[in-house]
Amino acid sequence: MRTMLKIENLTATVGEDDDAKTIINGLTLDVPKGEVHAIMGPNGAGKSTLSYVLTGRDGYEVTGGSATLNGEDILDMDPEERAAKGLFLSFQYPVEIPGVPVMTFVRAAMNSQRKARGEDEISAPDFIKQSREIGKALKLDAEMLKRSLNVGFSGGEKKRLEIYQMMMLEPNFLILDETDSGLDIDALKTVADGVNAMRSPDRGMLVITHYQRLLDHIQPDKVHVLSKGRIVATGGPELAHRLEKEGYEGILGEVA
Amino acid sequence: MDCCGGIDEHEDDCTDVKVKDSIDQSTVDAAKALESENYSAGFVTDIEMDMAPKGLSEDTIRFISAKKEEPEWLLEWRLAAYKRWLTMEEPTWAMVNYPTINYQDYYYYAAPKSGAKYESIDDVPKEILETYEKLGIPLREAEVLLGVEGAAETAATARETPRVAVDAVFDSVSVATTFRKELEKAGVIFMSISEAVHEYPNLVKKYLGTVVPQSDNFFATLNSAVFSDGTFVYVPKGVRCPMELSTYFRMNAENTGQFERTLIIADEGAYVSYLEGCTAPMRDENQLHAAVVELVALEDAEIKYSTVQNWWPGDENGKGGIYNFVTKRGDCRGDRSKISWTQVETGSAVTWKYPSCILRGDDSVGEFYSIAVTNGRQQADTGTKMIHLGKRTRSRIISKGISAGKSNNTYRGLVSINRKADNARNFTQCDSLLIGDRCGAHTVPYVENRRADAQLEHEATTTKLSDDQMFYVRQRGIGEEEAVALLVNGFVREVLQELPMEFAVEAQSLLKVSLEGSVG
Repeated sequence: MRTMLKIENLTATVGEDDDAKTIINGLTLDVPKGEVHAIMGPNGAGKSTLSYVLTGRDGYEVTGGSATLNGEDILDMDPEERAAKGLFLSFQYPVEIPGVPVMTFVRAAMNSQRKARGEDEISAPDFIKQSREIGKALKLDAEMLKRSLNVGFSGGEKKRLEIYQMMMLEPNFLILDETDSGLDIDALKTVADGVNAMRSPDRGMLVITHYQRLLDHIQPDKVHVLSKGRIVATGGPELAHRLEKEGYEGILGEVA
Repeated sequence: MDCCGGIDEHEDDCTDVKVKDSIDQSTVDAAKALESENYSAGFVTDIEMDMAPKGLSEDTIRFISAKKEEPEWLLEWRLAAYKRWLTMEEPTWAMVNYPTINYQDYYYYAAPKSGAKYESIDDVPKEILETYEKLGIPLREAEVLLGVEGAAETAATARETPRVAVDAVFDSVSVATTFRKELEKAGVIFMSISEAVHEYPNLVKKYLGTVVPQSDNFFATLNSAVFSDGTFVYVPKGVRCPMELSTYFRMNAENTGQFERTLIIADEGAYVSYLEGCTAPMRDENQLHAAVVELVALEDAEIKYSTVQNWWPGDENGKGGIYNFVTKRGDCRGDRSKISWTQVETGSAVTWKYPSCILRGDDSVGEFYSIAVTNGRQQADTGTKMIHLGKRTRSRIISKGISAGKSNNTYRGLVSINRKADNARNFTQCDSLLIGDRCGAHTVPYVENRRADAQLEHEATTTKLSDDQMFYVRQRGIGEEEAVALLVNGFVREVLQELPMEFAVEAQSLLKVSLEGSVG
């Protein structure tokens, strides 16, 4: 069992100079290959910040510690380099990209990543075939995939489009940020089926969520509780159930 | 931000959408002006020039007219324009600032010394051909063939094979015309306007100055007095022009004002698509450019006029660059005629340009599709006028302005519904995209409506290229410059779709080059 994502004593701030606030505060976490880890925590615990720090968003400054993916330091890489290394973030709030059709976008992304890795571009027939299969599995019809990315789509459709992109790009490490928010039960099931299809011995996954509900559909190997920027409790799936029953206050009171 | 949503019968001025609040400090800090090295078209060809004396006077005009061996009526026409011009004042209403132009400091005529006429392309001086090669302009017939081999087709096969005929304007004189013979077979006249004055004086006399009158505006009147050369196109009744017509204007001699005059006539039931593309060498002194383009569409005729403009915009400090004061207007003179303007404007230090349509014929249609990009310290004040005179006339305006660096980009448009224009319709959409927070976007729509049954729609948006979008695209593996290009191409997609295929590809790469270094 080899560690895939390794985070050690990470600290990070958000904001400029005097206004900078420490949001991630000494976080340590290992996600081995083939495992799915859930990160749960109350609002403001630093869940989304962690996903942005790992993927390299501007405005988040790492002030200490390290993060490696398959042994490579990712913190100095540009976001696109991290993506080419196989890091994928499913956004809590997918962003509208007007005038750029879903398929055009994904093909551009796929080819940029391939180019960065020194691979050939995907051929048009292969791309279309793959897109059709994945679209079908996620109940996204061809017309939807020709529309501008995330423009005029419902919340549930946007989340399915995130999973579509994920399945097309075939990343080796996935971060799902509040993927269950705004989903009804049917959409949740479709999304979870897509994510579960991605589970493999070669892939790692970090599932960030506020509620236990998503974890009924995506069974985690481990559950971590995040509070004030660090992991305060780690356990098996039963920890998520306890959180659901006792609330964050119960657990946090206990570990504090 | 949505602004100017209402439809008014009075002037509606809703301006100054300046971005002050910063979303992305790194974008701002790194926003760089377009660097001169990025401008690959900047070089000067060294050939001897035959110049008019510096400055503007009756003598200059006589010199130009004599050089071109023009008939007396045209000299008189020019002189009348000059007299009128002397009484006019340079307009100041546009949202552009530039140093006062001393019109006596320019040369108003320059021609390659070895003469204007070449029997074949082999007689064209080597330097000129090399200049075109550097620009990637396909002058030689074989190169003009777009992926098609063999240059000796008949007009019949030409109809089946899409190609572009090039009338190359090197400074003031047309030096080579390709595909002329083939066009002649179809009855299409495509030549420099100087030649047309000699070969088709009646046609020129009949239409010259009928769309943009001599007295129209300061710059158009100046052009009428000193116009150097330009293109003349006549498509006879019922003829669909067998190929896209294209002209590349190129200013070359130092301090040469460039005053093209283009006249395109589509006779009843005719169709023509004309492409205009421009680059210019880099230099320090500002260059004055005041073109006039007149289009006439008779009954059931259609003219499609597309422009890609990439003149030297000046360096990152705003030094140098072209002053571009253009009057372009189309007259839908006949019933059911249609004129469509599509423009991609990325160059020039100052742009002042409003391609317009006079919808005179009943059921005539006017269209304006525009992409205007400003970066560095460029200033653009551009838009259109749709003048509805005929019954059931329709117009459509889609304007996409992109501002980066410290530039200013203004859309200025007029939709005028005359009292005889029953059931006229207009749809206007102007969108602005801001890159960084030191640029400005302004929207100045005017509406004059004299009809209760007119249907007018106006939509306007101003958006910023957001950090959210940039991060989202980059997280998927797309690099920064590519991400900007992708987002910008998405923003202008509706307009790019209106361009002929070969121009659309060129326009996309032009947009990318124009915005290089604008984030980062």
